[in-house]
Amino acid sequence: MHLGMDNPEELAKCFSGWRRDTEYYRLLDTDPVRMFSVKAFQKDFEANLEKKSYDDYLFTIHTLKDDRLIGFIWLGGIDWNHGNGWVGIGLGEREYWGKGYGTDAMRVVLGFAFTELNLHRVSLNVFAYNPRAIRSYEKAGFQHEGRLRKLICRDGQRTDDVWMGILGEEWFKQQES
Amino acid sequence: MDIQTQLFEGQLICLAPIDHEKDPEIESKWTHDPEYLRMLSAKPARPLSPAQIKKKYEAIEKEMDESRNTFYFTIRMRGDDRLVGFIKILWVEWTNGNGWVEEGIGDANDRGHGYGSEALRLVLRYAFAELNLFRLSVVIPEYNQTALHLFAKAGFVEEVRRREAYQRDGRYWDAIHLGLLREEWEVQVKEAAE
Amino acid sequence: MTASLFQGELVRLTMDNPETLAKAFSRWGRDSEYIRLMDGGAERMFSAKIIQSWIEKDFEKDVGQDFFFVIHTLESDHLLGFVSLFGIDWNHGNSWVGIGLGERECWGKGYGTDAMQVVLRYAFTELNLHRVTLGVFEYNPRAIRSYEKAGFVHEGRVRKELLKDGQRWDALEMGILRDEWRGGEKGRLI
Repeated sequence: MHLGMDNPEELAKCFSGWRRDTEYYRLLDTDPVRMFSVKAFQKDFEANLEKKSYDDYLFTIHTLKDDRLIGFIWLGGIDWNHGNGWVGIGLGEREYWGKGYGTDAMRVVLGFAFTELNLHRVSLNVFAYNPRAIRSYEKAGFQHEGRLRKLICRDGQRTDDVWMGILGEEWFKQQES
Repeated sequence: MDIQTQLFEGQLICLAPIDHEKDPEIESKWTHDPEYLRMLSAKPARPLSPAQIKKKYEAIEKEMDESRNTFYFTIRMRGDDRLVGFIKILWVEWTNGNGWVEEGIGDANDRGHGYGSEALRLVLRYAFAELNLFRLSVVIPEYNQTALHLFAKAGFVEEVRRREAYQRDGRYWDAIHLGLLREEWEVQVKEAAE
Repeated sequence: MTASLFQGELVRLTMDNPETLAKAFSRWGRDSEYIRLMDGGAERMFSAKIIQSWIEKDFEKDVGQDFFFVIHTLESDHLLGFVSLFGIDWNHGNSWVGIGLGERECWGKGYGTDAMQVVLRYAFTELNLHRVTLGVFEYNPRAIRSYEKAGFVHEGRVRKELLKDGQRWDALEMGILRDEWRGGEKGRLI
């Protein structure tokens, strides 16, 4: 895959469409699942066009083969003085799940974090009921750092929020081997 | 005084205004090549959509209009007007007669053909003979050898080396500040004519 | 850890209300020698009123890109000037520093050097920057000496960048890396 940025219209169509897949959203976010119109998303994306912040990076994920927009990956919440950042990823197009696209995108974004932003570490959190994602992050080099016990309640069941992190020095060592 | 010689026409390329309809798509592609952005700027490289570029162009022209100390040109092929890059004079301080230069050729296939040197030659003439500036500065990261050669060939002299000012790909690089005085440029032009 | 991140031996770094700052800046702006030492652009004077509105606007959009401090003497808590870290390239760990002592009776007494030490300690142990750069004009030897004392290394001259009173002057650029600073005795915390 490759990372890029698309116009507000394309982003809005995809993001709005993906929200209708409740499994996608429940894997992604703790917020209650809600749907928004293309128009609402587009307004939001257009408002962000002029944003000049260098503290937040949203990338779209495109397949190399047919340049299809299949998801997004975000790097942000950066504490520059400590060199920490957070990453979040969502593959909206479910036929691309389990095929390595997420792991590939994560690898590229970690490269960006450590060789362009020069961060010291990257963190993420993932729900315990998302084993596919947890395996993908382990493959990308993240270490388990802890769990927020029973943070999430869905369908009458409680699950943990799993916290993982990777240090720049670990990532560089992995690239050498 | 020679007002017949076109200030914005070279042999291969010309300097021109922004085309708000055609250019955003092209420049958006350039920003998806991290090498291009890393050669140009200290800011973290990031891909931009055509809509973001369009907004950027609007901001550039607004700034040119209001501040009167920025001069932005697109670099286009003579003949079909195809966009190949940009060059600008910025941060002009009129009382001291100083300005800065920035230039980029967007597509890797368009580099190495002399478009950058020709655009720079035109802009130097504009800066010294039309804006009447006294000196120009440019800052180039140590890893951008192409730009360092381009500006050295145009007569720029290394003046400051800011050690370890860039960090990319896990190591540090110096920032090199080069300068060219009008009197030096005039000598070059005279020598070229002889 | 840190009792005295904001304190030196002669001065402390702090922040005053916009009204106080504006009055001071407007008054200092009338001293053309101060302005010519501090700033290369053309001298212009502004009222305390408009300066206050700029400061208030700046406070609203504070996003951690610049770190502006006001300098007070430890002895009498007198407002002397300002020092600021700006133009931060976070991804490279670089910043510029600028300092201005508006109260001219305080020149040449070590206040500037002390303030610079405090701000470098802040830059290297709180912001965890890699290097700090500054520009200083050739015709300001007192400042050049102060910066050398603080550990800055000469990195070059922007030739004839300034035109003042019909003469051309160079602007010097100096830089200090965190590794170099750690070696200095002063400002060592840990």
